[in-house]
Amino acid sequence: MTEPGRLAVRKTYKLYIGGAFPRSESGRSYAVTSSKGQFLANASRASRKDARDAVTAARKAFPGWSGATAYNRGQILYRVAEMLEGRRAQFAAELIDADGVSARKAGELVDAAVDRLVWYAGWSDKIGALRGAANPVAGPYFNLSTPEPTGVVAVVAPPMGPLLGLISVIAPVIVSGNTCVVVASERAPLPAITLGEVLATSDLPGGVVNLLTGRVAELAPWLASHMDVNAIDLTGCPEELAVACERDAAENLKRVLRPATGKVDWLADPGVERMTAFLETKTVWHPIGV
Amino acid sequence: MSPDVLLRLWFGTIRPVGDAGVVSTLTTPLAEVAATNATLRAFLHGLPGVDRVGADQRTAMLGTRSIKTTAKAQAIDLAISMVDLTTLEGADTLGKVRAMCAKAVRPDPADPSVPKVAAVCVYPDLVAPAVEALGRSGVRVASVATGFPSGRTSLEVKVRDTELAVAAGAHEIDMVIDRGAFLSGDYRKVFDEIAAVRSACARDGGDDAHLKVILETGELATYDNVRRASWLAMLAGADFIKTSTGKVAPAATLPVTLVMLEAVRDFRSQTGRMIGVKPAGGIRTTKDAIKYLVLVNETTGPDWLTPEWFRLGASSLLNDLLMQRQKLTTGRYAGPDYFTLD
Repeated sequence: MTEPGRLAVRKTYKLYIGGAFPRSESGRSYAVTSSKGQFLANASRASRKDARDAVTAARKAFPGWSGATAYNRGQILYRVAEMLEGRRAQFAAELIDADGVSARKAGELVDAAVDRLVWYAGWSDKIGALRGAANPVAGPYFNLSTPEPTGVVAVVAPPMGPLLGLISVIAPVIVSGNTCVVVASERAPLPAITLGEVLATSDLPGGVVNLLTGRVAELAPWLASHMDVNAIDLTGCPEELAVACERDAAENLKRVLRPATGKVDWLADPGVERMTAFLETKTVWHPIGV
Repeated sequence: MSPDVLLRLWFGTIRPVGDAGVVSTLTTPLAEVAATNATLRAFLHGLPGVDRVGADQRTAMLGTRSIKTTAKAQAIDLAISMVDLTTLEGADTLGKVRAMCAKAVRPDPADPSVPKVAAVCVYPDLVAPAVEALGRSGVRVASVATGFPSGRTSLEVKVRDTELAVAAGAHEIDMVIDRGAFLSGDYRKVFDEIAAVRSACARDGGDDAHLKVILETGELATYDNVRRASWLAMLAGADFIKTSTGKVAPAATLPVTLVMLEAVRDFRSQTGRMIGVKPAGGIRTTKDAIKYLVLVNETTGPDWLTPEWFRLGASSLLNDLLMQRQKLTTGRYAGPDYFTLD
């Protein structure tokens, strides 16, 4: 890739926490290889303290993000799609490295990721119509239920689908006003950090999405037992780890999204389940005036 | 110049690393120092200057100490027992003070092994309800007084303010100095005010209220001034010197506390009298609190590492200490949802 006589300028892959790109507090890193076993880069190996810092950042970002109008959140998600589109070539190259797919297939996957973001962006001000209701009650009241975000959501991203899979688990969490701490695919974390660069330049407030790279088995239990995390998406957890995490999550009654059984096709229609899994229902009783 | 002379010149200027300068000997007996403004001024300006870079560097270095596991557990419990749980808002209510007092006695209702805090700190009109709420729990009641936080009022009002707080049952009085007088060089006025408030702290039966003197270091501009103000307060009869009101930024910082700790250390070696130190304001995390404990241990030694001689003025710090404590006992990260709001 480098012309003769020119020094290679290589990217340092760091974490994305609170809108900044810190190295792991522990100073550790691990080698990431391509699907063919070639060395690609050293990625940060986040520690439990990085996870803790990420939760703090997500908690701090929650009031602002959940308080933003649905319209505004949709606009920002759409803006993320715009930024992603502008980096199409870079992501395609990373997918070729990570998954060993053809150039054509990689391009399709990036397109699908952009489309997925646009699709979820549209849901921001419509999910209320789907999950809200005017309830018939036996009294002189308007009784209205509206969906509210759950809070800070820990997301274990799927090991396969380093971009499309990642987008498909992040977008439904944040579109409704949650903030999240994401443990990226352990096998292919580089597109996640490049996605962090996209998020950092697309009006998304710092801390709404925090990306950690490292060992899933090391990070997920700390997030599952963290008392300031309100829900956990275990999509990327192997079965045994998922069971242990779900047990830990019970301590503060986290909402848990279990990993799917069998292979997931991220190109398929995602449905609304991932959005509705991280919503609470607020019901208001309002007296009917005279 | 020979290399030998050069060497001596070079090393002659070096102070021990991080030590912000040591008071060597006093030329005047302390009793005579406060005779007039001129003698006070001569004494205070005769104190060695503070090596600013050295103080900053030493505190930064001490701040990197790693305190873990059992040592951390011990430090957290010590820090909790040193907290002056504070509420100094215009919006303070009886209910808020009562709730805070309950928290002071049992910081974590779910865990009786958590020690109680040292004191609660309130405005003078809320002293009586605080005393009543705390009863015989052993938690002391501190009251700010003397026109807190600016201190811009007459001496009569300041003295009366103090007397009323003492009469209401305050065990400790946190007074502010007249920073305007101090900065304009009228040290005698500051001295007299502290001495007057000191006598207002007297109580029949000899159970005098302790006097904490707030220097408001954020308004003193230089470390040299912090050192002078510390000595001035100690000479005038303070039992404690306190960094800040918490209403001015910057509030307590590690280097400022280092300068004050050195002052109390040197004061004890000169006079044999021990003075307490209380950093207040801006201490929000367990990590910060532990840094202060390390600083105390390294500057004055463990004599000061008790609630009797070192306090942490704070409100939100307590919840962080409790959360860290819970993390150590349960092994999982704690969340603020499970602790009371102050």
